[in-house]
Amino acid sequence: MISLGILSATLLLALLLSVRGARRAGGTTSGTTSLEQWSVGNRGFGTIFVFMLLAGEIYTTFTFLGGSGWAYGRGAPAFYIIAYGAVAYIMSYWLLPAIWQRATAWKVLSQSEYFTRAYDSPALGNLVAAVSIAALMPYLVLQLKGLGIIVSESSYGAISANAAIWIGTTATVIYVVLAGVKGSAMTAALKDVMVLLCVVGLGIVLPYTLHGGIGPMFARIAAERPDFLTLPSSGMSPSWFASTVLLTVLGFYMWPHTFGSVFTARDASVFRRNAALMPLYQLVLLFVFFIGFAALLSVPGLQGADVDLALLRVTRDTFGPWIVGLVGAAGLLTALVPGSLILMSIATTLARILRPPREGQPADSATFARLLVPLLAGVALLFTFRGGSTLVTLLLMAYSMVTQLFPALLASLFPTARITAAGAMAGIVVGEAAVAATTLGGVSLTTLFPGWSHSVTDINAGFLALVLNVVAMVLVSRLSSPATATAPASV
Amino acid sequence: MTKPYRLLALIPAVAILGAPWFANRVEPRMLGMPFLLAWIVGWVLMTSVVMAVIGALDSRRS
Repeated sequence: MISLGILSATLLLALLLSVRGARRAGGTTSGTTSLEQWSVGNRGFGTIFVFMLLAGEIYTTFTFLGGSGWAYGRGAPAFYIIAYGAVAYIMSYWLLPAIWQRATAWKVLSQSEYFTRAYDSPALGNLVAAVSIAALMPYLVLQLKGLGIIVSESSYGAISANAAIWIGTTATVIYVVLAGVKGSAMTAALKDVMVLLCVVGLGIVLPYTLHGGIGPMFARIAAERPDFLTLPSSGMSPSWFASTVLLTVLGFYMWPHTFGSVFTARDASVFRRNAALMPLYQLVLLFVFFIGFAALLSVPGLQGADVDLALLRVTRDTFGPWIVGLVGAAGLLTALVPGSLILMSIATTLARILRPPREGQPADSATFARLLVPLLAGVALLFTFRGGSTLVTLLLMAYSMVTQLFPALLASLFPTARITAAGAMAGIVVGEAAVAATTLGGVSLTTLFPGWSHSVTDINAGFLALVLNVVAMVLVSRLSSPATATAPASV
Repeated sequence: MTKPYRLLALIPAVAILGAPWFANRVEPRMLGMPFLLAWIVGWVLMTSVVMAVIGALDSRRS
């Protein structure tokens, strides 16, 4: 009952904060908001707000439950989760200001619009939008499923997973429709404080109370499972680690909602400051791993998808309902904040396609985008309740899908590369087909090159798709007729 | 190359991507953590320092 009260209070507080944040931003809760204000906060966010949005999107239920679950179930391969962020932030120092500069000059609001404008090709924009929506839906479903697990576990079963998903989705729809991106940023601040307190607190307290400290905990794991804390020589081997980190880095800012957060910045220096701040934030994941490793020794036996329960189970077994309620509330927000941004991103993308802005018409598609939000949430609920256990497969495919947009994005920043719209489209189509073949068809480098060294066959299959993507993009660009081809626009 | 100090960013990137080849072992443990994890965490921290230095040098130049 105590934990249930904490969960309910958190949900209400998140709702109040988001609406209040939107009101202070200038009447966003009224019906007259422009799509630019609703979706990118009139491009007026400073370092702290952009930091909260980017961090708010990066710490999702995957990091909260999945990070500790991977440490519990796989050991050293989980370390890739802490590694890729730092490399992505290095890339962001140069990549994000370049995107922001173009997006602001062109007044674009979504990723697909960016591509439309960069290559002067609505067809390419629509292809990118289709890829975006196809990749975001399983990502949203993952947040909703995670939300169900968190609330049902931390309420000791008082609320079923399905009921939690209904309540959480309804709350998300209300605050997305009312508050837009400013509401998400305000709730992200609440979430980040709660996640920091819970994760750092548990990450220090659990190893000490259960095992006498972090050193003794790792000493026990090393004694009981000597290979658990290093990468194996095959499978999730060193070449798997490096290729997965690199592939994830390239896809890191390709998620449409992350790409959209770039548009909210006041100026380009915001990203340069964040490139130094964000790696420190990444270290929160270290404490997530400590929780997973502590659970490995004290609640052994979780198998398959149940490893995601490691954090909540070890908390329930060790602490009383007050702490369980607080941890559940932090987990609830790790599902709601990214979920709201994903919903907003899909709605903005769809609204601009179905109702493109016309010359001389002041009214834009903000109201229409808001009407789409409950409809899209309904579709996500349908997938959540009907989806099987192939969610991880879908998520990995979604990550590979958005990464296929990277070559065309990079080419858009270098007009001298002479990549045409037809070339960019060919690259994306070939890349996506290769992703489908590797994830759904089970094709891997091991099946393609049997007998080759593990250092080659363990490379992430997404790389193969990326190589084919670049080859197709360059070839078709060279073959495109110079008279009809559209190369990337300059600012 | 007008700003060669920007190449500093390659150091943490290579150290993190190459972690399995440079540090795939448990001993010596650091702050209680296995060496591989400690190596990655150390270079994530260094990323922050390096990017702050590059940012400061860039703003002095502009």
